[in-house]
Amino acid sequence: MSILSNTLPHHPEVQPFWSALEEGRFLVKGCRSCGRVHWYPRAHCPFCTSAETEWQEASGRGTIYSYSIMRQAKPPYAIAYVTLEEGPTMMTNIVDSDLEAIRIGKAVEIAIQRQPDGDVLPMFKLA
Amino acid sequence: MSINGQAYVVGAYEHPTRKAPDKSLAQLHAEVAFGALADAGLSKDDVDGYFCGGDAPGTGPLSLVEYMNLKVRHADSTNVGGSSYILHVNHAAQAIAAGKCNIALITLAGRPRSESQQKGAPQRVDNPVQPDFPWEQPFGMTTLNAYAMCAMRHMHQFGTTPEQLAWVKVAASHHAQHNPNAMLRDVVTVEDVANSPVIADPLRRLDCCVISDGGGAVIVTRPEIARSLKRPLVKVRGAAEAIKHLAGGDVDLTYSGGARSGALAFEEAKLTPADIKYVSVYDSFTITVIIQLEDLGFCKKGEGGRFVADGNLISGIGRLPFNTDGGGLCNNHPNHRGGMTKIIEAVRQLRGEAHPAVQVANCDLAMAHGTGGLLGTRHGSASLILERE
Repeated sequence: MSILSNTLPHHPEVQPFWSALEEGRFLVKGCRSCGRVHWYPRAHCPFCTSAETEWQEASGRGTIYSYSIMRQAKPPYAIAYVTLEEGPTMMTNIVDSDLEAIRIGKAVEIAIQRQPDGDVLPMFKLA
Repeated sequence: MSINGQAYVVGAYEHPTRKAPDKSLAQLHAEVAFGALADAGLSKDDVDGYFCGGDAPGTGPLSLVEYMNLKVRHADSTNVGGSSYILHVNHAAQAIAAGKCNIALITLAGRPRSESQQKGAPQRVDNPVQPDFPWEQPFGMTTLNAYAMCAMRHMHQFGTTPEQLAWVKVAASHHAQHNPNAMLRDVVTVEDVANSPVIADPLRRLDCCVISDGGGAVIVTRPEIARSLKRPLVKVRGAAEAIKHLAGGDVDLTYSGGARSGALAFEEAKLTPADIKYVSVYDSFTITVIIQLEDLGFCKKGEGGRFVADGNLISGIGRLPFNTDGGGLCNNHPNHRGGMTKIIEAVRQLRGEAHPAVQVANCDLAMAHGTGGLLGTRHGSASLILERE
């Protein structure tokens, strides 16, 4: 499904995320100063500006905030915003699921996917 | 400092082309610039301020200032996508009020149709180190499904229906039938929209704007110069901008930056939405119009679907005539950027120069509002309130 050919820029700022994902672990960034988890991961907390951010393993559980099925693509695919149990909402794909069963509010769980080009991506499936 | 009454829009020109395979991008910019200057009764050597967006070829304003052989002492190439030109009127008014320039030229042009750019394609990356890139692009995000997710959420949260979305297109088509330059001049029905193919749920083909070549330009100047010209006086009453984004994961797709820019523009103008006789509102998709009209205060949040239904946006029929040129949904969308044409049709309405079939009676106050970037991720909103003096 990836529309890119192994061109994902993995800056040092976020390399731990991609390295962990390769090992099957889904990380998020939390802030030791204000306690909030943010998305996408940054060195500085976007809520309080603290540099005291740390990687934490996420539960991999969330709910669908919104979605759309790209009908003109072959095959069609589902893009979605998923609200993680830890708080933030992230863009992703819903995979390994009946696309017609996707609804806002449905529970999902992480389904890490390796793309043909080699990239590993944090996607979700219906729980 | 307020810009209320400090600047006037004295020239406006929309390129008649919708497909320009034989013109260069710089040429289109020059043609709209010279068209707007002729409309104002000014010459290129009167211009001392130049404003352009991300559609300008070259480094910011540099190449086009040279191509048109201008001599400017003020320039601004703020790029917030399709709303840039509405924002530029705000910045031009500020520059004029501060004495930094007297006659500001703002141009937009593009030829995506001739270059076969499809908006279903992945988003172009402005900068390879754009920090959001790896968190969105691999998931096949396009303009279409980014807006579709806003529509899906709005329908879920407020009960907005596909038929209500369709009414926006129906109204635009009623207006476009009178515009000889419009790409789509056939009047369509709610059923026509409902029967068009789904592109990205819940958006159907007729919920989407056209892809066109073309462009437009406006001239902004100070009150003394405006009064010396022979054109009807169109005064800037208020203008504001805002940037909205995904806020570190605190995502809410049901509103746009227009909630902030609209309120600030009305505050500066000392007006309310009830005072506005005509609105130009960016219509990249039908849902874009509904969300923005709510955000600007023309109806309450969540009631936009009911507000636009039953022809309420059709000139001569509804309470709030919108996009009487046919808008991006039917007329044109040069360079995938609809902000400039929103200003131009508002100026036509205030001058009484819109097509007689769609001219709003006693149109003394109008608004032009745009979203640039993506409603579904990050965007710049710009609001402009204009008055016929």
